[in-house]
Amino acid sequence: MALEVPSNIPREPLLRFLVALADDELVLGHRDSEWTGHAPILEEDIAFSNIAQDEIGHSLVWYTMNEQLGGKSPDWMGFERNWKHFTSCHFVAHPKGDFAYTVIRQYLFDVGEQVRLNSLCSSSFVPVKEAAEKILQEEGYHIMHSRSLVERLGNATNESHTRMQAAVDLAFPQALGMFEELAGENELVKAGVFSGNELLQQLWVESVVPVLTAASLKLPVDTKNGTMTVHAKADEGGRKGWQKEHLKQLVEDLQTVYKLSPGGSW
Amino acid sequence: MVGVEIQKPTLESAWEALSRIADPEIPVLSLVELNIIREVRIVEMRVTVEMTPTFLGCPALEYMKKEIKDKLLGLGFDEVTVELKLSPPWSTDMLTEEVREKLRVFGIAPPEKRMATLAEALQKPVACPYCRSMETRLDSPFGPTLCKQIFYCEQCKQSFERFKTL
Repeated sequence: MALEVPSNIPREPLLRFLVALADDELVLGHRDSEWTGHAPILEEDIAFSNIAQDEIGHSLVWYTMNEQLGGKSPDWMGFERNWKHFTSCHFVAHPKGDFAYTVIRQYLFDVGEQVRLNSLCSSSFVPVKEAAEKILQEEGYHIMHSRSLVERLGNATNESHTRMQAAVDLAFPQALGMFEELAGENELVKAGVFSGNELLQQLWVESVVPVLTAASLKLPVDTKNGTMTVHAKADEGGRKGWQKEHLKQLVEDLQTVYKLSPGGSW
Repeated sequence: MVGVEIQKPTLESAWEALSRIADPEIPVLSLVELNIIREVRIVEMRVTVEMTPTFLGCPALEYMKKEIKDKLLGLGFDEVTVELKLSPPWSTDMLTEEVREKLRVFGIAPPEKRMATLAEALQKPVACPYCRSMETRLDSPFGPTLCKQIFYCEQCKQSFERFKTL
């Protein structure tokens, strides 16, 4: 089922935008799946296995749209593409590490996704708008979960607090990389496809600061006269395809089975 | 069988066939009862089925597509196309009372109706599908499949699944 791009929307930036969305979901979904069988408690094992499945399902929606607009197939994008051509942010590829890091990363990502999807619900490109509405419905369960873990672990014991703070210190600059500007982004904003990464980042900061603060976690953000200013250097480059070793290892892992038997089916 | 005319498939027979395909994870419900079949269109001997996913990452989707194709080809159509439609998003509010009761009998607590926020809907007490006690608690916000959560009944001391409100 082919889709047409309306004449006022630039095609290449639109495809880049969709692939970046899909790549973030696929890569984080894979990281989340690494907790299957290894999470500290059974409920979290189930939760992260479910979240992984959801995120990978969401990546499929964006990859499929990319294909319907003339891009490569979802399988090719996930299983055959060279890791150097992924445009996910560095944040999602970082190794899962401590469970505290996983919790903080998931929460920061979930809020990032929420502000992005909210903005996409009024996208001028109808297929994007419809997909965003559907995905947002499912994401409600993710954010409730990650937020409640942040609130509980931030304020629980000295150990949990210390580990959560260390996770925030590592994850926050990385998370800013979710909002790295995409090539051609201005044209998409002008065409009403989405509201632009600068605005999304601002909305994201305004959402995460009160929750993390209530969880006694400190962030490199100043608030003056109601305006929040970030004092951290964003870990960027992923959207330009400047990927790190972490992603290389992840993609090798992700593609192992497929490459053992290309074109095979269950 | 000389002299027996093979019946041409119709819109009615297509819907009837779809109403006999069970959800692989909740076999007491058919795809039609789940309300995921949006439209069936026939042009000559080609049929197109518009389907909407419950959860986007649901692994049963591919299986359902294959079942639809197999069943409709079996009716005699030359070509079967399954199109996925995301809008309007599928919602558990589309499940009828009859379907909710089938879920309960199967041992799955039916979903709460949607409220202003998801959190509000999830705060509503949940009745145990086995003994109907309201003395239940959420054990895990996620469950064995994407569409379910795990609860525990303090009254009959059993775990049970609850369909997520979507």
